[in-house]
Amino acid sequence: MTLDPEFLKYPMRRKGMDHDLYPAANLFEQPKVTWAGGKKIALWVTVAAEFFPLTPNEGGFRAAGHMATPFPDYRTFTTRDYGNRVAIYRLMDALAKAGVNVTAFTNSALIERTPALIDDIQAAGWEIAALGEDMNAVHYGGLDTALEQQQIETCLSAWADRGVTPKGWMSPGRGQSDVTLSLLKQAGVEWTADWGNDDMPFLMNDGPIAMPYTDEMEDRKCLTALGQDENIWSQQIIGAADLLSKEADTYGGRILHLALTPYVIGQPFRIKFLRDLLKQLMTRDDIWSATGSQICTAWQNNTKA
Amino acid sequence: MKDPKLYGHWPYRGRPKVTWPGGKKMAFWVAPNIEFYELNPPKNPHRSPWPRPNPDIVNYAYRDHGNRVGNWRLIEAMEKYNIPGTVSLSVAMCDHFPDMIEQVNALGWEFFSHGAYNTRYIYGMDKEQERETLQHAIDTVKAATGQQVRGYLAPALTHSVHTIELLAELGFTYSCDLFQDDQPQPLNVPGSPLVSMPYSLEVNDHYAYNVFGQSPQQYTDVLKRQFDTLLEEGGTSGTVMCIPIHAYLVGRSHRMGPFEEILRYAEQHKDDIWIARAGDIAEHYLEHHYDEAKAHIANFGGSDDA
Repeated sequence: MTLDPEFLKYPMRRKGMDHDLYPAANLFEQPKVTWAGGKKIALWVTVAAEFFPLTPNEGGFRAAGHMATPFPDYRTFTTRDYGNRVAIYRLMDALAKAGVNVTAFTNSALIERTPALIDDIQAAGWEIAALGEDMNAVHYGGLDTALEQQQIETCLSAWADRGVTPKGWMSPGRGQSDVTLSLLKQAGVEWTADWGNDDMPFLMNDGPIAMPYTDEMEDRKCLTALGQDENIWSQQIIGAADLLSKEADTYGGRILHLALTPYVIGQPFRIKFLRDLLKQLMTRDDIWSATGSQICTAWQNNTKA
Repeated sequence: MKDPKLYGHWPYRGRPKVTWPGGKKMAFWVAPNIEFYELNPPKNPHRSPWPRPNPDIVNYAYRDHGNRVGNWRLIEAMEKYNIPGTVSLSVAMCDHFPDMIEQVNALGWEFFSHGAYNTRYIYGMDKEQERETLQHAIDTVKAATGQQVRGYLAPALTHSVHTIELLAELGFTYSCDLFQDDQPQPLNVPGSPLVSMPYSLEVNDHYAYNVFGQSPQQYTDVLKRQFDTLLEEGGTSGTVMCIPIHAYLVGRSHRMGPFEEILRYAEQHKDDIWIARAGDIAEHYLEHHYDEAKAHIANFGGSDDA
């Protein structure tokens, strides 16, 4: 048995990254950032408003939360739909009561499917960021570039028709192809939430700014994928806030990203934990609650040479 | 496939006692995995590197967080408690992040080979190819740090039936690839003496966080219980405790605080434990316990003609 000799060659082995998407960096050597009011932590709360079609996509990969059983997977489809009908309203009330600014990653398919929900998201003052057309519209290596361009256009033009210009973008399932970043930049997107490799924003070589998406503290990952207790989930977020606040003393303002999924955290038996967590966060004196675009702009203003 | 017979059965009860330098009961080492996963690795015919098609940016970025953020937090914390790391190193890191490698080398950390990249698997290699990857790791680390690599943990724990004998042939003194014991012990391969070094999957942060879904505090509690039990038994048997970690997991903002607790806990017990690097543990064992252990194991038969 012999392996193809290509496996013992390392063509991208060099100083820095093994690709040209962004340069290597050390978080602790970045310029210091100062947030509004001198707060140590920018709290970035995002809500996923997702539409999972009953017939899932076949190419690439299936986004987290998608259909699991053979067709028709009514149990998953309706569980996700519960998020957009019921649970998201619990989140709206809890977030409004705590005075949190919110970014909603929203599938453009919801503009037609659930127009009342889009009205309510806008009335709540949430920032709308793009999330592709629906959770089938994934980006992945091997996707035809013309098709990919079309996916982006379908989504952004639907928002334009609705009178919304999303500055932020998250790809469904956060997947990208080799050219997604440059296509998004060409389409006018200012920042993305696909990259989870830093605690602060950073510049791509040819693409929108990468905002620090923190999947390790997502409700979906912690409470459903890992089956953690709700108290443990919220304790971890408070723990993160404490550490980031301490780091901010030396290294400048930090970002705490909290990703919420209505069908997960908006369940009747869970909503109390979100209310309690938001209260704990919003009564601290070191937190500035802001949308993705507000944080991104503040970061740009701070780091411009 | 035949049992490779790498070691004979050797019951924990009744073994000759292992004593660590200074009469310490337990040797304690911390193994930060400093790894590089490639964005576009070639697809090994036996195992796909990523769950999604290349470029799997979600899973790539998840690991890259360690090199941008987590490792720096971890290095600072280990320095604070005077605990030297024994690095499980993707040796390509010497090229990609030379500053990080220089910094931990200057702190007195040891490097052992964890392959070139954690996306390059041994599966499918012939013996000559595998030997080449091992020699390549030795040469890379020597050139970058001046250190002679003494230990090994196969990249992504991908092994061949030749792996362990190749280690002895190339002069490695320890392997972290086998999980049968809480004490070091001789491995039955030709070549220079080779020790199986206790690492751990059970208290590995990957299992704690991604398999068992533990919270940061639960993981620290697990590590403390592991520590207490092995320290207590070490008074009779002489034990080794390893904490195998990945900065992309423990170095996250919600986990670093609780993880520091176990480092502080170890430092508080420094009169009872030998805080060491794996290569030093192997060296001490080879010098003082290897021959005695080998002779004792021979009493138990079991594996050689099984």
